[in-house]
Amino acid sequence: MDRVIYLDNAATTKCAPEVVDAMLPYFTESYGNPSSIYKLGQKSKAAVDTAREIIAKSLGAQNNEIYFTAGGSESDNWALKATAEAYSAKGKHIITSAIEHHAILHTCEYLQKQGFEVTYVGVDENGVLKLDELKAAIRPDTILISVMFANNEIGTIQPIKEIGEIARANGIFFHTDAVQAYGQVPIDVDELNIDMLSASGHKLNGPKGVGFLYIRKGVKIRSFVHGGQQERARRAGTENVTGIVGIGAAARLAHETMQARTAREIELRDYLIGRILDEIPNTKLNGHRTDRLPNNANFSFEFIEGESLLIMLDMKGICGSSGSACTSGSLDPSHVLLAIGLVHEIAHGSLRLTLSAETTKEDIDYTVDSVKEIVAKLRGMSPLYEDYKAGKVKAKIQ
Amino acid sequence: MYSEKVMDHFQNPRNVGEIENASGVGTVGNAKCGDIMRMYLDIDENGVIRDCKFKTFGCGAAVATSSMATELVMGKTIQEALEVTNKAVMEALDGLPPVKVHCSLLAEEAIHAALWDYAEKNGIKIEGLEKPKSDISEGEEEEDY
Repeated sequence: MDRVIYLDNAATTKCAPEVVDAMLPYFTESYGNPSSIYKLGQKSKAAVDTAREIIAKSLGAQNNEIYFTAGGSESDNWALKATAEAYSAKGKHIITSAIEHHAILHTCEYLQKQGFEVTYVGVDENGVLKLDELKAAIRPDTILISVMFANNEIGTIQPIKEIGEIARANGIFFHTDAVQAYGQVPIDVDELNIDMLSASGHKLNGPKGVGFLYIRKGVKIRSFVHGGQQERARRAGTENVTGIVGIGAAARLAHETMQARTAREIELRDYLIGRILDEIPNTKLNGHRTDRLPNNANFSFEFIEGESLLIMLDMKGICGSSGSACTSGSLDPSHVLLAIGLVHEIAHGSLRLTLSAETTKEDIDYTVDSVKEIVAKLRGMSPLYEDYKAGKVKAKIQ
Repeated sequence: MYSEKVMDHFQNPRNVGEIENASGVGTVGNAKCGDIMRMYLDIDENGVIRDCKFKTFGCGAAVATSSMATELVMGKTIQEALEVTNKAVMEALDGLPPVKVHCSLLAEEAIHAALWDYAEKNGIKIEGLEKPKSDISEGEEEEDY
């Protein structure tokens, strides 16, 4: 099987050739330590500064508000743990959503063990945060609201501006995990009242192992990694110069191409959604129909299980992802799919396809044809489908 | 993560389907955990399994273990079929990843459930066979979308 159709761009993306070209000289030519005084070191420092500037500009932030990290998970951990530590005198209550990435959820669980209280605000059937529940959760001792910009599984974009306003009106810091959204949708930290924002390089055609945390001036969180004076003494360790150059180049590319790229992706995504829902019965779209990431489509196919579907897609050269238990390494399906109200067996039969700038209409057609064939095959083997066909049970998805 | 044998049985599952007027049918597992297996047995007057078919809702390992289980019990006597344990199914598949071991347990239970159904239908007692634990009827939910 030579043909590979990569539709798992929410998991990671291909490094853009421009990004690799930008990084290469910093491996073998300009390999100096940015902290060194000589020219070779200063060249590396300048490269790091340029990347910082590109990213700051893309968010409407100041250069000294961007801190490079090893990726989205570190940024999330830092934002939550350091805010908890620095502001525990004010209070020990944090609000987040039920559909966060595990980098947030497991950090919250850790903080709960440290004596913090966490409220997990629910979402509606489209995966949109319940703002009235958020407002009701606010207490005098609430120090942080952390809500993801867009969900990694179902693609739903959250009402970030409203959440930012609520946080600001109540004097609470607002952090957003924008790992999936950064580079895909325009973000202005001032307009949206964002105090901290996490992002990752490898989700936007940049390298793995690098990300950043935006920290608004005035948010007095301390260093998470102690050591040298790098990153204004807030994140020690010799800078990942090649990675930082890479995320800078990727951020520049993502923002320059955003409008045309996402318009094209939305068109293809909607074509994909339309064909799947029209041509495969007992299927539903998960996530908001329109307020979703330009490249994200997530379906549930009743009577079948997601891992089987993924393996069969892989045999046809198609890379996708599922929220089934078998792909999560536990017996429970995705917490996100359960939070939007899916029953277990429907959540087990989910498929996430995430497009890239390289995805073509032919790719989508081949994928839909393959999904159709595989779903039919798996339903033919499914005792649940047998019962449905025999009229013993009703379908949950009409 | 899967052995070649598991992949083979997943891609080309043996004995998928139903048996009309089967001697015994057993359904185990539950949709909540993501695995349901249904086993059909056709048993002749000498107590030999003449035919065996399955349907499975589940992951690659669930499909492969069902497929292998049907092969292992085909042509066997009831007593021999009872000795087809989850371990035997796993070994025949060259092993399963640790998180998938429960799938092989389900295959063993499916055989037992089908034999139990056969025994009940015929008013006989099969020595060494206990009433199967899991049943599809548990945890059924009535929700509409």
